[in-house]
Amino acid sequence: MIDYDLVVVGGGPAGLAAALEAKKNGIERILILERDKYLGGILQQCIHNGFGLLYFKEELTGPEYADRFIKKLSGTNIDVKTGTMVVRINRKKEITALNSKEGLLFIKAGAVILAMGCRERTREAVRIPGDRPAGIFTAGTAQRYLNLEGYMPGKEVVILGSGDIGLIMARRMTLEGADVKAVLEIMPFSSGLMRNKVQCLDDFGIPLLLKHTISRINGKDRVESVIISKADENMSVITGTEKEIPCDTVLFSVGLIPENELSREMGLSLDKATGGPVVNELRETEVRGIFACGNVLHVHDLVDYVSEESEIAGRAAAAYIRDGLERREREIIVERAENINYIIPQKISFIDREREMIKFFMRVKRPEEDVRISIADGENKKLASYKRDLLTPGEMLVINFPEKLIKDNTEKIKMFIEKERR
Amino acid sequence: MPGKDIICILCPRGCRIKIDYNVDNSSVSNITGYGCQKGLDYGLEELHNPSRIITTTVRVKNGELPLLPVKTERGIPKDLIFPVMKEISNIEVEAPVRIGQIIKRNLLNTGIDLIAGRDILKYNGDEFPDKKKKGAEAPVIE
Amino acid sequence: MEADVVIIGGGVVGTAIARELSKYELKIILLEKEEDVAMGSSKANSGIIHAGYNADAGTLRGKLNVRANPLFDKLCSELKVPFKRIGSLLIGFNEDDLKVLKEKKENGEKMGITGMKIVSGEDLFKLEPNLNEKARFALFAPSAGIISSYEFTIALADSAVINGVKIYLDTELIDIETENRRVLGVKTSRGFIKTGIIINAAGLFSDNIAGMAGDNSIEIKAYKGEYHLFDKKWGDYVNHIIFPVPDRKSKGILVTPTVHGNLLIGPNFYAVDDKDDLGVSSAGLEEIYQGAGKLVSGLDRRDVIASYAGLRAKTEGDDFIIGHSDLVKGLINVAGIQSPGFTASPAIAEMVVDLVREYLAREKKQELRKKDYFQSELAQRPVFTEADLDEWDELIKKDAAYGEIICRCEKISKGEIRDAIHGPVPARSLDAVKRRTRAGAGRCQGAFCAPRVLKIIAEELGLKPTEITKKGGNSRILLTETKGLLLQKGEYHDD
Repeated sequence: MIDYDLVVVGGGPAGLAAALEAKKNGIERILILERDKYLGGILQQCIHNGFGLLYFKEELTGPEYADRFIKKLSGTNIDVKTGTMVVRINRKKEITALNSKEGLLFIKAGAVILAMGCRERTREAVRIPGDRPAGIFTAGTAQRYLNLEGYMPGKEVVILGSGDIGLIMARRMTLEGADVKAVLEIMPFSSGLMRNKVQCLDDFGIPLLLKHTISRINGKDRVESVIISKADENMSVITGTEKEIPCDTVLFSVGLIPENELSREMGLSLDKATGGPVVNELRETEVRGIFACGNVLHVHDLVDYVSEESEIAGRAAAAYIRDGLERREREIIVERAENINYIIPQKISFIDREREMIKFFMRVKRPEEDVRISIADGENKKLASYKRDLLTPGEMLVINFPEKLIKDNTEKIKMFIEKERR
Repeated sequence: MPGKDIICILCPRGCRIKIDYNVDNSSVSNITGYGCQKGLDYGLEELHNPSRIITTTVRVKNGELPLLPVKTERGIPKDLIFPVMKEISNIEVEAPVRIGQIIKRNLLNTGIDLIAGRDILKYNGDEFPDKKKKGAEAPVIE
Repeated sequence: MEADVVIIGGGVVGTAIARELSKYELKIILLEKEEDVAMGSSKANSGIIHAGYNADAGTLRGKLNVRANPLFDKLCSELKVPFKRIGSLLIGFNEDDLKVLKEKKENGEKMGITGMKIVSGEDLFKLEPNLNEKARFALFAPSAGIISSYEFTIALADSAVINGVKIYLDTELIDIETENRRVLGVKTSRGFIKTGIIINAAGLFSDNIAGMAGDNSIEIKAYKGEYHLFDKKWGDYVNHIIFPVPDRKSKGILVTPTVHGNLLIGPNFYAVDDKDDLGVSSAGLEEIYQGAGKLVSGLDRRDVIASYAGLRAKTEGDDFIIGHSDLVKGLINVAGIQSPGFTASPAIAEMVVDLVREYLAREKKQELRKKDYFQSELAQRPVFTEADLDEWDELIKKDAAYGEIICRCEKISKGEIRDAIHGPVPARSLDAVKRRTRAGAGRCQGAFCAPRVLKIIAEELGLKPTEITKKGGNSRILLTETKGLLLQKGEYHDD
């Protein structure tokens, strides 16, 4: 059994930031377990720019963003085991892992930070009928083939889903000489960032077909065509609107799911809306000393927020190890109104005299214009409110809530979104 | 007076910039909707001389990865994007490569350099010991 | 090329026959048109070893099912294929259903099936807490079991190969040559094979094959069945195979755990014209989801990780056709092997051996002689399970490839994938590796591991990654190297 103060599961942007922050806060024996051969997680294949504007105040590519953390890490005594798969974690913070050099590893941790990231939803998740030939990829898998492995997965491409990875891949495939015929989105709005629609689709004249979906994939060996159809507001195909587009490749960019199999096997309760563990404001799960951050907790729109959130977890893990956390007698439950999809954290558990703000990350269910996000206490007394011009499900909303507004007897706070009165 | 709506791509906010301009000399008469100085600059630039930073890859020889991510140090004029991509597709670099290293100077005489986006070490050959190549065309099994 | 027996088709029937015949002094060639065995009906079906009470006692379907069911324990232990005899429940909702249950029980008992009983009320829900609350009765049959149909088929083929059978993959049958209505040999995409006996186990295409020899007595129609496979977190949602009361066409839409711990629902039943049509339809998937909902409550479709379809090969007469062709000597037809054909396959193989014996004795005055040695056991390949961590540790220390996890959903190591690529019937495509190791069969459906598996196949077989396919034929995954299209276009413009 190997012993560490802190074990971080995952060496992507979340794990790296969390480990570095714990180190900065005085923790000495830290281990990062990463299943891939290299650190950096998905950033390695995100070769486009647009990262780091908030965190580094400059625009970086994915590999550049990762490199900053990896370089910082190499100057520390944080241990890293790459090519190492965690098989199990239990509530006593005992970790079973394996790699090809050392075989089975049993590790005892003082605290654990879960930073396993997320995986892509597949064709099956959106139940697209038809054949099952080669040429059907999730956008991220295609991105890996193209940017890391060095191979073109397709020449004539249709993309389903307007998530950011899909938009980015539309541009990337086009730049490499492929013909991207269309990006389809079943919702009446794009789920990716507006800037990505502009620079990835509009720049290249790639049509974005809203309220459209693929109603059938055709092809015996390799994809030969897709049938596209209009969809109604219930996301059902409207018969009679079918159109065939010849293509050899279909990419799916239909959302991401936090990868929480280890958390589930450990018995952590998961939030249905986020797909990640339920956490308090320090990103601590319901097991004391086990934290979660980054996309394993909820899917972020920007890696900058992942870094920020992971530092919260890293600091908290450090404080936990030093026994420096002051818990409330009663946790404050964070409730949300119907049009809010989710809020992180789901509860507030600590008293911290030094902090001024508690940071909330949230997403709305549908686009909202000219609104006010308000926070009320258990008696429906409004505590704070924030004006926003435009909220979309594709963008994460960040709210800083002053700590001093929380009273000792507060049992819950509730967030809601209202139309701004003019 | 003709106008142009531009969505700013500099940051995730995606500000909607509206520009009115004079047809004769293309001078801008009014610009609104930008969220910051950079956005204002972008809007004016986008009107007259739209450009984009290109992020792509170049092939690597003897590297532990087959491709090196690269980016142009500044925006490339939009109409040069594909010629520049073609130019880049011919490049092959020898590992090791350091992040920030200039991979190619003055792409197509634009004065813009191509920059490496990560470190790539030299492939040390340890990882895949020589495989006995078994005939793949062996669907006759005996 | 020459063989005593040529078997057409590498499904469960063809491979079971090949293995059974490999116990005898015979030169056997099995032809398969796809790049792997188990590519037709044996790939996509319910994976059920039926108790056998459904078909009438007088039919081959009934007799061979009941004969074969008890054979699976020994077979699966020899072939190292997971098999669980979890029992089945045929659910009744009213008194009419109860009558059917009783009839089935009686029919089964007549054929010698033991241990069946009718359960009802609380006892039923103790067995299956997640049953639809309207369920009232069930016919419990303890001898029913679950298996992976393609793993079983591949193992039969592996076993046949190590016992001397030659399997020609990617080999199409072009014609059958006869003289005076007697088989002379087969013309294949790989050349002519002289033979006196052809065993037609070509599944959906067994009518075409018989036709090539001049026997047009068979007509096979394809009936599609669609399935949903659920994430492993649903693996213990039911404890038994749950059947509805069957209609006249099929056993109906069932709910069952799979032998690897997923939950499977399906199949529906409808005729299709194209015998290669394995597409799934929205209406069909809706039908099976609704159908499954009648048996168990609380299913959540968001956890479906794969949807697929299989085709049943049915004849007009509804029973199996197993026997010497009336029209061509040396042709043995094994056709119309619809449900419970998978279960019946070992008994079908025994029956075909008898047919071969009889034919050789009658026509060639030859005796079918047993080999001195038959290798009944397949070697147990390492399979990672969390139960045997210490053992696995030792294995990694011996061979580091077992410590490199490639498929993170199913926790499959590079060593296991490499073993599959070099197995008796080698895996040469992503799907072939998936069927043997489960790499890519998990919740991400290969989104994470496919690039890695592809690389391993390419390395192990000495191929370029662009040559690796999903499932043989033209199903290449990667079309060119990155930059390949730009360079091509460049060359074109320069001309």
